[in-house]
Amino acid sequence: MNLASRPASGQDSGAPRLPGSLQTNRRLSQWLRIGADGVVEVFSGKIEMGQGIATALAQIVAEELDVALDRVRMVPASTAHSPDEAVTSGSQSIQQSGSALRYACAEARVIYVAAAAARLGVAAEQLRVEDGALIVVSGAASGARISYWQLADDDLLAREATGAAAPKPAAGLQVVGTAAPRLDIPDKVFGRPRFVHDLELPGMLHARVLRPASPFARLETLDAARTQALPGVIDVVRDGNFAGVLADREETAVKALARLAADARWSEAETLPDAAALKDWLKAQRAETKVVDERAPEVPASVAKTLRAGYSRPYLAHASLAPSCALAQWTGDALHVWTHSQGIYNLRADLALAFGLPPQRITVEHAEGAGCYGHNGADDVAFDAALLARAANGRPVRLQWSRADELTWSPFGAAMAIELQADLDATGAIVGWRHELWSNGHTSRPGRAKTPALLAAWHRENPSERLLAVNPPLANGGGADRNAVPPYEFAARRVVNHRLLYMPLRTSALRSLGAFANVFAIESFLDEIAAEQREDTVKLRLRYLSDPRAKAVIEAASAGAGWRGWQRREGCGHGIGYARYKNSGAYCAVVAEVEAGREIRVRRLVIAVDVGRVVNPDGVANQIEGGAVQAASWTLKEAVRFDRTRVTSDAWETYPILRFSEVPAVEVEILDRPEEASSGAGEAAAGPTAAAIGNAVFDALGVRVRDLPITAERIVAAAG
Amino acid sequence: MLLNVNGAQHAVEAAEDTPLVYALRNQLGLKGTRYGCGTDQCGACYILLDDRAVPACDTPLWAAAGKRITTVEGLGTPERPHALQRAFIAEQAAQCGYCSSGILVTCAALLARNPDPSDGEVRAALDRHLCRCGTHNRIVRAVLKAAPELRSGPGE
Repeated sequence: MNLASRPASGQDSGAPRLPGSLQTNRRLSQWLRIGADGVVEVFSGKIEMGQGIATALAQIVAEELDVALDRVRMVPASTAHSPDEAVTSGSQSIQQSGSALRYACAEARVIYVAAAAARLGVAAEQLRVEDGALIVVSGAASGARISYWQLADDDLLAREATGAAAPKPAAGLQVVGTAAPRLDIPDKVFGRPRFVHDLELPGMLHARVLRPASPFARLETLDAARTQALPGVIDVVRDGNFAGVLADREETAVKALARLAADARWSEAETLPDAAALKDWLKAQRAETKVVDERAPEVPASVAKTLRAGYSRPYLAHASLAPSCALAQWTGDALHVWTHSQGIYNLRADLALAFGLPPQRITVEHAEGAGCYGHNGADDVAFDAALLARAANGRPVRLQWSRADELTWSPFGAAMAIELQADLDATGAIVGWRHELWSNGHTSRPGRAKTPALLAAWHRENPSERLLAVNPPLANGGGADRNAVPPYEFAARRVVNHRLLYMPLRTSALRSLGAFANVFAIESFLDEIAAEQREDTVKLRLRYLSDPRAKAVIEAASAGAGWRGWQRREGCGHGIGYARYKNSGAYCAVVAEVEAGREIRVRRLVIAVDVGRVVNPDGVANQIEGGAVQAASWTLKEAVRFDRTRVTSDAWETYPILRFSEVPAVEVEILDRPEEASSGAGEAAAGPTAAAIGNAVFDALGVRVRDLPITAERIVAAAG
Repeated sequence: MLLNVNGAQHAVEAAEDTPLVYALRNQLGLKGTRYGCGTDQCGACYILLDDRAVPACDTPLWAAAGKRITTVEGLGTPERPHALQRAFIAEQAAQCGYCSSGILVTCAALLARNPDPSDGEVRAALDRHLCRCGTHNRIVRAVLKAAPELRSGPGE
């Protein structure tokens, strides 16, 4: 039996607690296979999505086994053979999969060394491993050798991990900590087939899906006759408010969909809020209210003055460069899906629910998509493809969303309103802090509820309930409340989260979840307090922090940016932002320099980051740079647009993102802590970057923009 | 219909108003030309038509017939990489890499036209291309690294 389906087995049997995902996927053979051909196959359940995780994990494997990096083959995740590692999200892959592989490979090495020792008639201590060769280095047999590849035997790893083999200490690392080039980049620059979009199966049909005209629209009539009559159209499928076309060629499917869309009549209602008054709307909704964190001293401090400010961010789109895509094929009642989902087992669970099938009848296989920054349309398009493939008589179906589908129907990052209050005593010290936020939940991921969370399930003739987005518990990093607890040591604090119980636009996880807006708000407000107190904003932060790693990134970023030597120039400003992601992950400080002309131009971002032990410094730098540039784009430009009925930002023209000529210079300093546990880098820069830009805009113009994005219109409104 | 792609003639059976991107990907199996938006707003599908970078999603077959079509696969191969491809690997100038093909093609056209571009000229040439992962600065560095190699002659 596959242990992946019994995730609690380790705890049940009283077995030892194992590191990372090894705890729930305990067999060594679930993680790696050593082949006679000199290749180590690695079965991580985490997926590559442009973040470079496959390379970082391969480095860990190469390190612990003592093999060359190019012997490691990362096998794409599949429910057919991969450990169940839930979702690739939350900057947790290095902790979860990396730790599991680190310990699994350390143990595999011990097992193979023992096998070699037995074969060569020496003690294990007499052996050294060099790129998979086990060489006797002392005693009479000195110089004798054998290799992993000669010893290769699947039975050796067909056992549970014990966790007893110690991975290498920080001092002995040779591959981990180096800037190994990414394994996937050559394919990408030579234009090789690599993405799920590029898969081609024999007899494959092409499909397109007809999405409703607006979030709650009803398909009143659909005249499929003219579409069906087009040459090359195989079928038109309708199931309630869900419809799509199948054709023999892609261009035919595109034409057929245009025909079908013209022959569809929808009834629509005004279900969306007034975009111009979003903050007020959020605060007026019915909500589930939770005190996230509360701390009060025995003796309340005396409060001389209370400062207040409100902040907000709009709905944000993932805006991935590729439209979501999937392939699906039915063989009898068995379903095979190819997907760029972040969670193959979770998707399988929801497909099983939606089709009323046992999960074992469904295979979900991962293939790369374009950049993924959270829960996008990957799962939804996989379900769409499976629904349409039922009309394909066993032929595989490739479905690609349109650009408009991608920008209007992928889940959005939730809009948020945040109110902050700070109590100051007579000396100006901050003695109390209150953070209150209003937002829809920040996850709607599949595989977690009793009914499917897949988009089309809500549109079918017999629809599933439209599940409200929820928030992961704070112990797992939280959702809307991620980073809402300030990292600063204020004697009293209270954090309250209002989760909306009406969801006009589907929201789910977008890179850093609530941390982006919470950190923007906290760090902007601190800047406002510093300005009010006429205190240097960097010094003020340092005064309320005791963690030396926190102070170190702030000091490094401000030193790197020449904070103290800043020469004031007309229209230019600098600002700082800091956070420790999830209050338990990477430390990151950002200094932004901006120039205010007709629009705000961010000229430079100077970033210091501490992710603990660094597996691949260039990988960390790439993630931090990319995260900061994306956050700059969110901060300056991005908002999902809608009228009272429809989402109107359905093309790049209406959902602009930062362009080459607008991207700031980005400098990243990594503070390596080889003795500290590794944490992810993908999301750490988001909040600090937004805050640093907002604070720099204030420094340049004396205008505080509290509602994102910081556009010319917002600056005018805030100045007014 | 006959198409001249990467130096070879190919017969393609498709309606003449078919966007070139589908013929390249599905008829000729050249998956390097990526589809992003279908309306020339993102740059993912750029190819060279004679020596000009154009969107394959917005170029019908009839407009491509009789011209030299160069896709990312035609720029170079792992055995004989284009200086730009070498530089993109050296600078690790990608995250997801979905935008890479179109950007490489546009940069090849840029360097053919302007062998010694400034940072600003590279950015201006790439302003039609979107990158969502935020690897812009790495890409610009890679282009500036490739330029002198191309100028100094047969590096390919």
